[in-house]
Amino acid sequence: MTWNSASEFFAMGGYGLYVWGSYAAAAALMLLEPLLAQHRHRQALRDAAAQTDPTETDQ
Amino acid sequence: MNASTLRLFTFAAPSRFYALTGWLIPVCWVATLAFTAAGLYMGFFVAPTDATQGEAYRIIFIHVPAAWMSMVLYLVMAFWAGVGWAFNARMASMLARAIAPTGAMFTFLALWTGAFWGKPTWGTWWVWDARLTTELILLFLYLGYIALVNAIDDMRRADQAGALLALVGSVNVPIIYFSVKWWNTLHQGATISMTAAPKMASTMLTAMLLLTVAFWAYAFAVVFTRARAIAVERESHAGWVADLLKTTIKP
Repeated sequence: MTWNSASEFFAMGGYGLYVWGSYAAAAALMLLEPLLAQHRHRQALRDAAAQTDPTETDQ
Repeated sequence: MNASTLRLFTFAAPSRFYALTGWLIPVCWVATLAFTAAGLYMGFFVAPTDATQGEAYRIIFIHVPAAWMSMVLYLVMAFWAGVGWAFNARMASMLARAIAPTGAMFTFLALWTGAFWGKPTWGTWWVWDARLTTELILLFLYLGYIALVNAIDDMRRADQAGALLALVGSVNVPIIYFSVKWWNTLHQGATISMTAAPKMASTMLTAMLLLTVAFWAYAFAVVFTRARAIAVERESHAGWVADLLKTTIKP
């Protein structure tokens, strides 16, 4: 194991800002993008349902 | 059309694509989580400190996979845009549109992590070096494609114009890849070479490859999700969407 303590892990040998700045951006974007895509999918289904509903007189 | 061509184009139908990706997406997410966990564990707890760069090198585990994805996704996007244009295949054009935001995201990530790696190792966030500049052009190509297809109201024309832009722009991808060979750049050479033995410790390489697989799985999951949204948006009047809405709970 490279790290002796949690603080040593977060310090990243003095490069903490750069390492965590990179990983934080990746984590933020890769969490946000799927949420936006899923929101778009749900919205598309809602819009399609709204368009077809008035014609559904048989049910 | 004979039987084998029919089979080949089965999933070209948006309805089939929608059904197939419905069960592929959860599988992709499980793979994303598993490979991300394994890659981060290898990258932060198994891979040793780099002799020359200290801990700063650990950015490589996401920087290189993001840069690879940015280039591969562009070529895949251009390919499907071209197929959609040439064969008038609806799902192919929709897939090209679905890939663009994810490709742009990975390009931005490659540039961002590159800047955060360049600052401690080169002493600067940015330099107009051949590799960095061509990667920035890639980001503009993605953004240009997205802007173009959204600016034209006629969907088919928008797809065709987008395909032309995507295909012409794909010339940039080999330029990015070979830029470190063709020009005297500040950016280091290729991390992985098909012809030479790896220059990095095997645990470092393993961590990077695990995260590459994770990014691939992520890209499939997000692109499929977006492609399904686009398919429903475009074909909201089609029978398969009506059938779909009958089987799902009304929102």
